[in-house]
Order: sequence, then structure tokens, then C-alpha cells
Amino acid sequence: MSTALDPVGTVPRTISVAAPPPARHEGYGRGFWGVAILIATEGMLFLALVATYFFLRAASTSWPLGGIEPPEIGVRAWVFTALLLGSSVPIFWADAAVKQGDYRVVRVALTISSLMGAAFLVNTVLDFRDLTFGWDTNAYGSIYYVIVGLHATHVGAGLVISAVVQIKLWMGLIDAEHHTAVEVFSLYWHFVDAVWIVVFASVFISPHLR
Amino acid sequence: MATITRPEIVDDVLSDERLEEIWKDPPGFIGFLKTVDHKRIGIRYIYTAFVFFFASGLLALVMRLQLAGPNMGVLSPEAYNEFFTMHGTSMIFLFNTPVLAGFGNYLLPMQIGTRDMAFPRLNAFSYWVFVFAGIFLYASFLVGSPPNGGWFAYTPLTDRVYSAGQNLDFWGLAVVFIGISTTVGAVNFLVTTIKLRAPGMTLNRLPVFVWSMLVFSFMVVFSVPVVTTAAGLLELDRLFGTQFFVPALGGSTLLYQHLFWFWGHPEVYILFVPAQGMVSMIVPVFSRRALAGYVWVVASLVAIGFISFGVWVHHMFATGIPPLAISFFSAVGLVIAIPSGIQFFAWIATMWKGVVELTTPMLFALGFMLIFLLGGITGVMVSVLPFDWQVTDSYFVVAHFHYVLNGAVVFPIFGAVYYWMPKMIGRMLSERLGKASFWTMFVGFNLAFFPMHILGFLGMPRRVYTYQSGLGWDALNLLATIGAFVFAFGVLLSLVNFVWARWRGAPAPPNPWQADTLEWMTASPTPEYNFAQIPVVESRHPLWDQDPMPVSESGGDPETRALGREGAARKETPLTSGMRAEPAGAMTVPEPTYLPFVLALGIAVLVAGLLVQAVLIGVLGLVLGAVGLVRWTWRTAETP
Repeated sequence: MSTALDPVGTVPRTISVAAPPPARHEGYGRGFWGVAILIATEGMLFLALVATYFFLRAASTSWPLGGIEPPEIGVRAWVFTALLLGSSVPIFWADAAVKQGDYRVVRVALTISSLMGAAFLVNTVLDFRDLTFGWDTNAYGSIYYVIVGLHATHVGAGLVISAVVQIKLWMGLIDAEHHTAVEVFSLYWHFVDAVWIVVFASVFISPHLR
Repeated sequence: MATITRPEIVDDVLSDERLEEIWKDPPGFIGFLKTVDHKRIGIRYIYTAFVFFFASGLLALVMRLQLAGPNMGVLSPEAYNEFFTMHGTSMIFLFNTPVLAGFGNYLLPMQIGTRDMAFPRLNAFSYWVFVFAGIFLYASFLVGSPPNGGWFAYTPLTDRVYSAGQNLDFWGLAVVFIGISTTVGAVNFLVTTIKLRAPGMTLNRLPVFVWSMLVFSFMVVFSVPVVTTAAGLLELDRLFGTQFFVPALGGSTLLYQHLFWFWGHPEVYILFVPAQGMVSMIVPVFSRRALAGYVWVVASLVAIGFISFGVWVHHMFATGIPPLAISFFSAVGLVIAIPSGIQFFAWIATMWKGVVELTTPMLFALGFMLIFLLGGITGVMVSVLPFDWQVTDSYFVVAHFHYVLNGAVVFPIFGAVYYWMPKMIGRMLSERLGKASFWTMFVGFNLAFFPMHILGFLGMPRRVYTYQSGLGWDALNLLATIGAFVFAFGVLLSLVNFVWARWRGAPAPPNPWQADTLEWMTASPTPEYNFAQIPVVESRHPLWDQDPMPVSESGGDPETRALGREGAARKETPLTSGMRAEPAGAMTVPEPTYLPFVLALGIAVLVAGLLVQAVLIGVLGLVLGAVGLVRWTWRTAETP
């Protein structure tokens, strides 16, 4: 890309490198890549747990173990699943709006998304209250609590991060050049939603298939 | 595209001394706690890891004393269990992995021609987590309950029924804890290599060591979460009464082995790949020619990264897994020898075509090759099922993995110490003492570990605290013990060499070995800012092919300003595009800060709270960590 001058005695050659075209934006920044890779490790964690779920299932004669009923998947389960997956939609708006500097839209979108996420979390907590088994009942109870609980923890953490992003918006710390916080949060939230698809399919739907 | 300007007289205001001042840490202990400088952190990583190396080495020497003859009484059976568990655990988690991360921390930014890592504060954080995890693990000796279930802590032995007490809790929590350090370190290496390479440092010009750290990091990202799962579920079983590994209630002990070895086998290569990378740096320099088959060597490293995820079951051949699965894993175990073999021939070809100079680093690289040849051959042997069944859990396996993990990883690390320490401390180590140390270590190593192959054939099981005489094991065990002490003496010679060089050694010139990569461009020790002006790379061997070495000036706009002195004065370092490494902006290196220390401390308090099952302490740690984390992400005036 750059051409060297002829050597001038023993003085090192000095080269100035041409500036790239001004509008060039090299995809995502460092922060985005860093969080993306951290999320990949989270993905491996869930993968290991889902593998554990199916390993335990394959090793047992009946599933769920010990006469526990498979989790109910009635209207309520589908509604709250739709609510959580739907909470990704406002995040797309927020993502687009922050690039155009429309911070009011970002705030409204984050609030809507958080409310949907919070509703899902409340439902999960109620679900746990109604369970007839504990994490110490048997291996099925253990893996159920750990997978669903870890996912719920991620939803809860997402709500906290969303609140932090809101505070940053409110304090004017997010502007045209500094919006990694929104990008990173949206990546995280989409991840948490995607994980729910896997968790729902394996922990809630799969016991009904045999 | 390039504009050419005449060399200009450097502005006095931005002299090297001025830049040094701008980049310097605060003095004293405050600077020690607050530093985010990759060089300081890298060196500290290496020193700390060596402290754990000496500690776990001493454990090994005591074990060898116990085994020197039949029916010895140096260690009680209980203490022997604790010693071999701590020896293995701390060698893997607290020496091998961190020492490689330390070299990566110091060298990777230098070799790609930049001024720091992509996330300097995260770098400091991963160091502090490593230190706290190490202290946590060794604190178990203070309270009299060190881990005692073997370094892979198989259930059901390690569940709360058969291992009451805190011993295994120290192990499980430490493994989860140190996993955080390794993981964020890998994230940092990856993003640094993607975004921070000097202009012109395209992927096919990356030094092999940088490639090896890339592969290291990818393997860490995809395997460490799984061992975190294994140790995490074990701790849930132990502390909170879940039933993952309790067969009576539907749990599975085999599940633990799968989860552990899914990380455990890639881990062998996580350690081995950077060691191979080091050898691929040292061999060409002392053969005075470019590495033969660069592309093949890099492709081999990447191939090892992938294939290593398909071999974990060969640790479990004796567990009654279906024959079809075993055949598959046996075959993959044979296949992975191929990329290692390719590298081996690349090194031989490099030396064959070059003029070999037998310096201390080169001796360690050569010693590595001989030892790795043996360790590799026994590796192929144990991947053959019928053979594995004969030697599993015997001293043959002990011999094999010490040839691989001690010989083929520790020897390159010592080579790297002799090769790169002059750059790090600015002093030359003694060649005479270095060579004496190498030969002592090499002879001692083979005396200690070769007889163990035979002991394995003679039926000596691993992890026995003593044995009866008359089994034909006495002489070989005595030989192994003598060898272990000879090896330790060799290590001691290197320690003396280092300490002597650190205070009295001859000053190191910038490039004492006439090497080709960018870290040898700077003064020794490296200035605080690494490169006042970022080099412009036009070759795979910049310091050999580009003489004199061209460097950049600051451009007029923000996209290229970071390249020269003006950027250095603003504590900036350039960002470049992912593939072709063209200038694409800048990042600002953060000021020294307490945050990484505080966050790591928060996690340490949380882990301690889990150990003693005190909710209050756990919550305190959680709050401390959360506050530190949120503060971390806050943009302030001084961190734009």
C-alpha cells in the first residue's frame, strides 16, 4: 500500500500512509467484537447444559425421572414465549434509531422491550413456584432448574443492562460516535432470546416427543 | 494511494523522553495496582506463573522422595493424594496456561506492531483473577484441606458423600474462577489480532507465534466454558444438593468425564500450540533462514485447533463406551498426529537448509523436538485401543503426559525465557549457565520420566503412595527420583541465571539474535509506548527484508493520526482493517485504573463466600463486582 523512499544514509525512511476514504466504517468496533466473543462462550455454556440434559435423558429409562409430569405447554407458555421473542423487535428499532441519533425512539423501544422481558421473567418465577419438584429431587429436577434458572438469570441481567443503557441515554453519554452500549446490549438481548428457543424446544417440548 | 513525504526533523516536544513520561505508570505500589500496560502485565504473568511452577515442582520432588524406595514414610497416604492433586492442578491451571498467556501478553502486541492490547483494562483484570484464583487454591493448604481427588476430580469419589470437607470445593471453585481469567484473556488476544495489526501486517505475514495465540484463543473460547460447566455442576452437587452426578437419582458419573475431557483434551493442545509457535519462532532465527513451509505450519496449527475437539473420549476408553464411538475417537487420535508431524518436518527442513547456531534457546528447541518425538509416539500408541487398555492408569500414562506437558511445553517455555527475556528485562542471560542448565534439565528429565514407561509395563499403577519391594520397581523408581532432582537442579541453574542477569547481566542490544520480527525493532527493554512511530510492514520477515525499517508519520486526519508520534503523545494506537490491515481509525489506551483490581477482588470475595457458604459475603462480592463493572463501562472525560 505504501512505497518506500530510497534510503537516506542511515536515517530510517519515513513514510506517511495515505488516509483511507473518509466515509469508510470498518464494520463493528472493538467493544462489539469483544462482547460477541464473550457471548460465544455463553453459547458454549448453554450448549454444554443442553447436552447434559439429553445425556441424562438418554441414560435413563423414563423421562422425566421419578414420575414427574413433563412441563405443561399450554397457551400460557406459548404466549410468554412469543412475548420474549417479540421483545427483540423493539431492539431492532433501537438499533436503527441510535445510528440516526433519534434517542427518543431508542428510549421508548428499550422501555417496551424491558416490559416484555420483565413479564416473561415474572411468569418464569411463578412457574418455578408451581413446580412439584426441587433441584435436589433427582437429576431431572437439577438440570431443569439449572437450565431454566440460568436463562432467567440472563433475562434478569439483560433488564439491568437495559436500565444502565437508559441511564446513559438520559445522562447524554450516548451520541453519534459512542453507541457501542446500545449495539452490545442489542446483541446480548437477541442472544438471550435465541437461547430461549433452544431451551424451550429441549426442556419444554422435547419431553412430549418420544 | 500512498503519499510520499521527505523525512522530517522530529519535533522536540514529542521526543522519546516526553512520550515515555506520557505513558508511564504512577510510581510505586499505586502504579503496581493500577497498571494496564501489556508489557508489565505480561512480565508479571510470567513471574507469577513461575512462582506456582516452583511451588508445584516442590510438591513433585516430595512425591518422588516418597517413591524413591519401597515402603517409605515421607508422606502419609492422605498427604500423597493432596500432593499429586495440587501438583497436577496447579501445573495445568496456574503455570502452563498463564505462563503462555504471559508471553502472549508481552509479545503479541509487539509482534503485530501496536502499542497495547485491544482491551488493556481487561488484560489487567485477567491477571488479577489469575492471582486471586492461585492464592485461593493454595490457601487450602493453610486451612489444612487441599484438594485430594486427582487433578480431574472424577465423581463419585469427589461428590459430597465420599469427599466431605472443603478440599474439593477449593478445587471446583478455583477451576470456575480461573476459567474467567483464561476466557477474557482469549477474547483480548482475538480482538487485538483482528483490529490492531500494524499497517501492512496482513494475515499471511503474521508471525507464527501470533497465529498460535489465535488458535490458543479460539480453543479456549470453545472449550473452557465446558470445564466451567463440569466444575460448576460438581459444586452445585456438593454445595446445593443437586443430583447431576448421583447415579441413584438419575445422575451420571460418566457425564462428568465427558464434560471434563471435552475441555481436557483440547487443553493439552491449548498448551502445546503456543509452545509449537515459540519453537517456530526460535528455530528459523538460529538457522539463519525463513521457516520452511510457513503456510503448512500455520495450516497445521489451525487443523490441530479443530481436530483437538474430536479426541476427548480417548481418555475414557476404559469406561465401557460403545465400540463404534471408541473406533471413531481412536481414529481421530491417530489423525491429529499428522499436523504435528508436518510441523516437525518443517523445523527439520529449516535447519537442514540453514546454518544452525546452537544458542541456549535453540538447544531448548532441539531438546523439545527429541522429547516431543517420544511423547508424540507414545501418544499414538495410547490412541490405539487395545494398547490403551493395557496401560491405562499405569505409570506409562504418567510418562506419556509428562513427555508432552513437561517436555514438549516446559522446554519451549524455557527456550522462550532465554530468547525473549533480554527484550523484557534489557539484560542478557549467561549462555554458559544457560547451556549447563539445558543439559542438566535434559538429562534429568529423561532420567526421571523414561523409566516410568517401563514401570508402567511392569504394572505400577499411577497415584499409589507406596509399593512393596520385590516387584521389580525399586531400581527404576530410584532412578526416576534421582532424575527428578537432577531436573530440579537444572531449573535452579536457570533461576540463578535469571536472577544474576536481572541485576548484573550485560545490557541487551535491541536485536541480540538478529531476529526478523517487530518486537526486536525497539530498544531493550521496550519503551513504555512500544513504538513511537508504528512500523509499516511489507514482508513476512520485516527486520530481515526491510532494512532500514520504514515507520509511519501521523497523518492529518483522525484516521491516520495514531500512526505517528502525535498519536503516541495522545496515547492512541491505530486500528486497521481486519484482512488487509489498512489504517481505519484509532483507539485510546486507557489511563491506569483500580477498576480491574476491584472487579477481580469482588469475584474473589464472591468465591470465598461460596466456599464458606456465607450469603452475606457472597452478596458483598457480587455488589462489589457489579459496581466495578458498571463503573468500568462509564465513559468519562478522560476516556473518550
